[in-house]
Amino acid sequence: MGLVSRGAAAAGLGAASAVVRPGPPDAVPNPVPSPPPGGAARGSSRVPGMVLKAFFPTCCASADSGLLVGRWVPEQSSAVVLAVVHFPFIPIQVKELLAQVQQASRVGMAVLGTWCHRQQEPEESLGHFLEGLGTIFSHEPWLQLCRERGSKFWSCKAIHRQVSAAPDVPSEDQVMLIFYDQRKVLLSQLHPPTVVSDHQDGDTMASTGGLAVVFDTVARSEVLFCSDQYDEGPVRLSHWQSEGVEASVLVELAKRASGPVCLLLACLLSLISAASGCRLWKLWPLPFIRSKLSTCEQLRHRLDHLTLVFSTQKAQSPAQLMRKANMLVSVLLDVALGLMLLSWLHSSNRIGQLADALVPVADHVAEELQHLLQWLMGAPAGLKMNRALDQVLGRFFLYHIHLWISYIHLMSPFIERILWHVGLSACLGLTVALSILSDIIALLTFHIYCFYVYGARLYCLKIYGLSSLWRLFRGKKWNVLRQRVDSCSYNLDQLFIGTLLFTILVFLLPTTALYYLVFTLLRLLVVTVQGLIHLLVDLVNTLPLYSLGLRLCRPYRLAAGVKFRVLEHEVGRPLRLLMQINPLPYSRVVHTYRLPSCGCHPKHSWGSLCRKLFFGELIYPWRQGGDKQD
Amino acid sequence: MEDERTFSDICGGRLALQRRYYSPFCREFCLNCPRLSLRSLTAVTCTVWLAAYGLFTLWENSMILSAAISITLLGLLGYLHFVKIDQETLLIIDSLGIQMTSSYASGKESTTFIEMGKVKDVVINEAIYMQKVIYYLCILLKDPVEPHMISQVVPVFQSAKPRLDCLIEVYRSCQEILAHQKATSTSP
Repeated sequence: MGLVSRGAAAAGLGAASAVVRPGPPDAVPNPVPSPPPGGAARGSSRVPGMVLKAFFPTCCASADSGLLVGRWVPEQSSAVVLAVVHFPFIPIQVKELLAQVQQASRVGMAVLGTWCHRQQEPEESLGHFLEGLGTIFSHEPWLQLCRERGSKFWSCKAIHRQVSAAPDVPSEDQVMLIFYDQRKVLLSQLHPPTVVSDHQDGDTMASTGGLAVVFDTVARSEVLFCSDQYDEGPVRLSHWQSEGVEASVLVELAKRASGPVCLLLACLLSLISAASGCRLWKLWPLPFIRSKLSTCEQLRHRLDHLTLVFSTQKAQSPAQLMRKANMLVSVLLDVALGLMLLSWLHSSNRIGQLADALVPVADHVAEELQHLLQWLMGAPAGLKMNRALDQVLGRFFLYHIHLWISYIHLMSPFIERILWHVGLSACLGLTVALSILSDIIALLTFHIYCFYVYGARLYCLKIYGLSSLWRLFRGKKWNVLRQRVDSCSYNLDQLFIGTLLFTILVFLLPTTALYYLVFTLLRLLVVTVQGLIHLLVDLVNTLPLYSLGLRLCRPYRLAAGVKFRVLEHEVGRPLRLLMQINPLPYSRVVHTYRLPSCGCHPKHSWGSLCRKLFFGELIYPWRQGGDKQD
Repeated sequence: MEDERTFSDICGGRLALQRRYYSPFCREFCLNCPRLSLRSLTAVTCTVWLAAYGLFTLWENSMILSAAISITLLGLLGYLHFVKIDQETLLIIDSLGIQMTSSYASGKESTTFIEMGKVKDVVINEAIYMQKVIYYLCILLKDPVEPHMISQVVPVFQSAKPRLDCLIEVYRSCQEILAHQKATSTSP
């Protein structure tokens, strides 16, 4: 950069322009000011008295002297420096480059000032030369940043030529230097994301978000960072890429391979979904069974996820990209855990042990139920039951248990083979295996469900009968038309029979209520176990693991905001701050990027649940269909 | 320019306020809270271990003792990392914003930065806290929809809880900067 060649070739651009090189003032040919293209003299408005904030990238702090290029935001009186243009340069080419970048990125670019690194330029005459550049690139205010030799403090000046009392004397503003890491700001996303208006200048956003403007400017100026000071282009720039770019071969290979792989998998998945949607599956009773089994629901959910991940459309927004990545990582983890479970099951004949243990366990449960019923048929907890009703209900349920045990014993030779084939499904994912477990529990406790339904229906009928006869007892009646209780005059026969029936029902109530209570408790126990399994499945489905991993390894990618640190300060020198990215807390990461769940959450509140239990209405904890019906 | 003064918090503990004036438009206030006292730490540890030893003599299971040791260790680490705040800092920069930092005893720092465009005012409020009436400094944030309404109140120095004399010092400095900010800002 210390070379000076007089009469420098203008590179065939005509006599009107000249190559600008640094050197003593008499060696520099008269720079002919070319007419500025429209928009170069932007930023003439400013806020008087406001401190000028200069955002300077840390990578340019050791760059050679040159011009500062970036964006000026007049509403906040801040200058965002994006790169440094080194000598030698031709002013026309610099302006062309800026116009190109402005068109591509829709961000107002301009030459903001000069940068002088005194440690590498020992000549003192550079100062005058740099001031001369202010006339070629007119910008209000004109920044002059200078790094002294042997001192870590900088000198910054912002000169205003137009607006001042004496037109010949330029006025100066106070400058505050804010250093920022360009690469991190480029890659990070602010949460909550600010809406960017797509105007020609892009300046309308400046009035809304303060620091979001800086992030937006850097993110949209990627076009500027394509060429470097080591490239052979007409303009030599220094920015974050000059420090060296790290890239991974695997990532690049994956990016190249992802196109055809996505296409292939998308075709495969569309075939599968077409096969599952064909008319054959709509024959009764298949849709009925499908709606009841949670395994089918989980498989469909996973199919939807995979279709979204491998779709050939590119993600529209960063949020969509994160969602796709989260889904992919969730599916991969699921399959990995499922394969681990599979290998554990198939090692050392665990399936055989499980199958051998299953029938005795079912027998044991049935025996316990029989003991329970014998206890109920006697004098449970010292209560006196109505003997006849007790015997009827007890024998009815005992016969059911006997039937159930016979079926289990019929199936016992096939259980091991069934379990082995079902265990293979764990390779589809841990969630599928857990859903199958939940369905098996539902199947095995089917008799408890039946008992619950019988008990509940009986109890429900009794409660309705009691309430209606109670109204008759008081001389009232339920008016269906008006949906309210009205008085009614009954004649003597009706009153007599009604009262008799009422008395009978009241005295039979404790027996029915006790059976209902016992079987409801058993059913709630089974529902709780199934609920825990569903909770675990939901957790694996919805946890955004990719976002959590990103927050752990690259915390600057997910930004909640910024934080400032005041660097060493000397009185009389401009204030220097370091702007760092404040990462998003983990709870907000999970909250923002959580995947949509199956939707199998209980829809009742505790109050409505208690009300249903009291009146004997059947409870379906998951969806409207509920589990297998009788 | 830096100076340090001693104040007291609402419970009577000693607080040290450090003021740094970097420039006419950038000021920083650091409040150092009283450290973790050895006396209370010893008391808690002794209580837990005596209780564990009592249970051990009852049930003769050595797992109780190991559980007590691990609970004490984990509890202390969790307390130092998540609960005990050593220092609270308020940095106010004209035309940029207000930053509040809390440093925990384990070295963790949690920072919140509020942009100047969102700040309506900095005031001292009175509040009823248990059986006391205390003063606290808070930042009022503007409502994005209606600029004259207040959308949020952010209290400052929540764990240090200094008394009114300390708050007045901080309040005066903040008001000087905010006045300058209001005079030079564009929005109404």
